Amino acid sequence: MERTKGFEHTQTAHCENGVAVGLFRHQGYDYMSEPLVFGLGVGLFYIHVPFMKINNGPAISFRTMPGEIFRRGAKALGIEVVRKKFSDPSKAQALLDEKLSSGIPVGCQVGVFHLAYFPKEYRFHFNAHNIIVYGKKDQQYLISDPVMETVTSLNAAQLEDVRFARGPLAPKGHLYYPVNVQVASDEQLRKAIKIALHKNAWWMTRVPFSFIGSSGFKYTANRIRKWPKKIGLHESRLNLGQIVRMQEEIGTGGGGFRFIYAAFLEQAAAILQDDRLAGFSEQITKSGDLLRASAVKMAAIYKGRNSEQMYFNEIADGFDEIAAVELETFKKMYKMKF
Amino acid sequence: MKKEELPQDKSKLADFTRELLYVKNIEGQYEKELSTGWDIKSDALNCAWDEIARRTNFAKESVAAGSKSPVFYFMELNLMDLATLAAYTGFWKWSVKRHLKPAVFKKLNHQKLEKYAKTFKISVDELIHFDGTN
Repeated sequence: MERTKGFEHTQTAHCENGVAVGLFRHQGYDYMSEPLVFGLGVGLFYIHVPFMKINNGPAISFRTMPGEIFRRGAKALGIEVVRKKFSDPSKAQALLDEKLSSGIPVGCQVGVFHLAYFPKEYRFHFNAHNIIVYGKKDQQYLISDPVMETVTSLNAAQLEDVRFARGPLAPKGHLYYPVNVQVASDEQLRKAIKIALHKNAWWMTRVPFSFIGSSGFKYTANRIRKWPKKIGLHESRLNLGQIVRMQEEIGTGGGGFRFIYAAFLEQAAAILQDDRLAGFSEQITKSGDLLRASAVKMAAIYKGRNSEQMYFNEIADGFDEIAAVELETFKKMYKMKF
Repeated sequence: MKKEELPQDKSKLADFTRELLYVKNIEGQYEKELSTGWDIKSDALNCAWDEIARRTNFAKESVAAGSKSPVFYFMELNLMDLATLAAYTGFWKWSVKRHLKPAVFKKLNHQKLEKYAKTFKISVDELIHFDGTN
């Protein structure tokens, strides 16, 4: 078995975007880029799930549910996706081998905790990482991990370990690949972008729960204000550290996601010849910048430099500002007529 | 974020990869740029690992004091919670919780111990002989 013909590795900021870009490009979408996939996939989001904890800290996400970006992105472009999950690891490997030998690179959902080539410091129990397996050579599976600069490899046992990681979001050998790809016409692409913009604006402003969408930043702000009194300084520090990791860490990027979406809006403005979108791009860039600025302030607390209530208030005010910026932008975008 | 403001700090990614970010160039347009890391993030990561070390150490002391079984220590060492450990071993969450008690743990049969050992990637001997003092 050899590598699939002419597969090109593309590095991206986020793994799921990257798998979509890699697989779509391989199927003839030469112009496919990370911002475009993320935008078409209605990827931008914010949610602070109440009463739930991840790694003993707040459950916050800056992007939509795992798997949704790829699913919605493919749907927007009319791309059909085949998906399989398995209870039997040997069947999971057999189908993977079959696809590779017929020259089809496939996306795999994996857990990070046992992912051999990841630095130990980054290996937490996170089960929604995505990679492309693009070939097999000398019993090694050839891996294109989108967050990396170069390609890598895993042996069969290592790959099975991560494809059958367990716990929340367990991948169960989840494997997926696009079939019968027809490159969308310019007209279809323009239409898909308009629909995706509208849907994303809906998610950010119209969901009637305060912790979902841009108003979620306000919800988090209120929590942050209460933390020092409610859970004490030690836990507050851990929580802020967790927010920053969720926000900025490799492959997750909350501020990062804002910049990807702003880049999408910039592209959309050019494709649709619409300056209003360029204005929105500036606003979402501002939201990303505010997130990074708040990360610096949070760091001062979890590093132990600051501990008074006023510093927590300052961070919370920053989150309120993000909510205001995003709500204003997405409300306008929701009402926009093309 | 402007391209010239992108931090290039040392980080744990050093021998692994640089990460990709979207930044604005001088013309105000987005482009891709690589970064070696950002101290703010490294500090958050270190902070998380300090907490893991604290929890693991507490677990070790609890085993040494006889208030918890070795399962508790290896659970913390492997960054797991009850739900994750239950998923890996196939036991119910409440069973795992019981197995954290030294008295219950001592009565576990070999088959059950093996499931834990396999999950923690250690031998059954290593599991049952861990007493928190070594």
